[in-house]
Amino acid sequence: MDETSENEKIEFDLLLQAIYQKYGYDFRNYSKASIRRRIRHRFSRSGLKTISEMQHKLLNDKQFFEVLLLDLTVNVTEMFRDPSFFKMIRKTVIPELKKQPFIRVWHAGCSSGEEVYSTAILLNEEGLYKNTLIYATDVNEAVLDKAKKGIFSIDRMKDYTRNYRNAGGIASFADYYTARYDHAIMDNSLKKNIVFSDHNLVTDDVFGEMNLIICRNVLIYFSCDLQERVFGLFWESLRSGGFLCLGSKETIRFSTYSDDFENVAEGEKIYRKNGKITLI
Amino acid sequence: MNVSKLKQKVSKHSKIQDRKYKAVVIGVSAGGQKALKTILLGLPSDLTFSIIIVIHRHSDSDDYLERSLNSECRIRVKQADEKENIKDGVVYLAPPNYHLLIEDDNTFSMSVEETVNYARPAIDVLFESAAYAYCPELIGIILTGANYDGSRGLKKIKEMGGLTIVQAPETAEVGDMPRAAIAAVEPDHILPLKEIGPFLMDMNLEEE
Ligand SMILES: C[S@@+](CC[C@H](N)C(=O)[O-])C[C@H]1O[C@@H](n2cnc3c(N)ncnc32)[C@H](O)[C@@H]1O
Repeated sequence: MDETSENEKIEFDLLLQAIYQKYGYDFRNYSKASIRRRIRHRFSRSGLKTISEMQHKLLNDKQFFEVLLLDLTVNVTEMFRDPSFFKMIRKTVIPELKKQPFIRVWHAGCSSGEEVYSTAILLNEEGLYKNTLIYATDVNEAVLDKAKKGIFSIDRMKDYTRNYRNAGGIASFADYYTARYDHAIMDNSLKKNIVFSDHNLVTDDVFGEMNLIICRNVLIYFSCDLQERVFGLFWESLRSGGFLCLGSKETIRFSTYSDDFENVAEGEKIYRKNGKITLI
Repeated sequence: MNVSKLKQKVSKHSKIQDRKYKAVVIGVSAGGQKALKTILLGLPSDLTFSIIIVIHRHSDSDDYLERSLNSECRIRVKQADEKENIKDGVVYLAPPNYHLLIEDDNTFSMSVEETVNYARPAIDVLFESAAYAYCPELIGIILTGANYDGSRGLKKIKEMGGLTIVQAPETAEVGDMPRAAIAAVEPDHILPLKEIGPFLMDMNLEEE
């Protein structure tokens, strides 16, 4: 490796260390290629000369840090992303949840909420929503605010309607939102059993017993060690027989928790925690 | 005269094994399936480097392309998995709808961030991360396509001392992407499609 790129790598590590010490957000064990790409992206727009200069600015300028924080937490999401996944949830998870008197769902890394509302719609159509509490968490408070409001761009609704249908939706998707100018406002009845809260998968702990955990397209940004921590967190948070759902490119199969989960639908990354199943 | 041009003049195909390459990254779009087949069909199963490919395809395509290439080629072809260790002698394709990146520790990582040049996976994202992980021991190749994705990434590879190749536009099903790359980079080699496979074989370090 040549010296400049070696030095640059040191500078990146120091910058992440500085962010952690100053603001408490720990990106040190995220996948490096992606995190460096996001830092470079902001760096190239900042007019700064070196990554070390950027570190100095980050320490002294909270607003600049907040802009970078948005860059570092990739928030791209959509409703009913991977429709086949939601279809499989209906087929395999819902029948089991129907046996439970009360259902707790945790959406970890929920971003701006599109995925959470998708689940709420699905549970509603299956007659389960009234007995459900959904915890929707993310590390990024700006996207959580958006999720709470439940107001999305009307431009996306065409795609979402198609996703909804491919996901096995049984009603008219347009009934779930009100169109106002260029916005779609999600129906209030969908919000009432959702609790939005900030929670950092890297540094925060278990907060409840879940029947279903959905954490998709978050672990791809984590190193193996960090993934391992999060699987531990999920294992502790899940009741026996509870379900864990990951993104289409994520798997629990290379982790030490692999044996603690059976495949429900490996293709759709739906797993189930082993152990004796009890009600409530 | 620049050395690589000189080399190109002296011998197109005589062995230029002055360095060992760790990986070849290929970016391809419209017309890509045929072009990839042309290149990969001739390759042996024991290449001394890996080949990592971004092909633009529909976001909900399955792995049909990987499977069909794998059954027709001698070299192993598969879709890249998250955190997978990258091995010599294997051809990896980026999964649809995810950007593919290469980590310093020779593993893959992925991202669902915004499209780049209207594409996810984007060639630029793969090429730039590969440049940081492998250069100068990296070869970047741009093939047929109807946009300009990959030009930036190829430029990065060149800046960081890697070897850059572009398919001769007149041999491409769609010449826009090669032309954009040539305009952006001044590549080390501009090769007709048929010669790219043999060129890669020459880069193979056979054990004597
Ligand atoms: C690409 S989005 C995925 C959104 C949604 N789950 C989906 O699949 O469409 C990744 C989300 O993970 C969040 N995230 C990143 N690091 C996190 C952490 N340490 N704890 C909790 N959430 C995190 C980001 O803020 C972002 O909203």
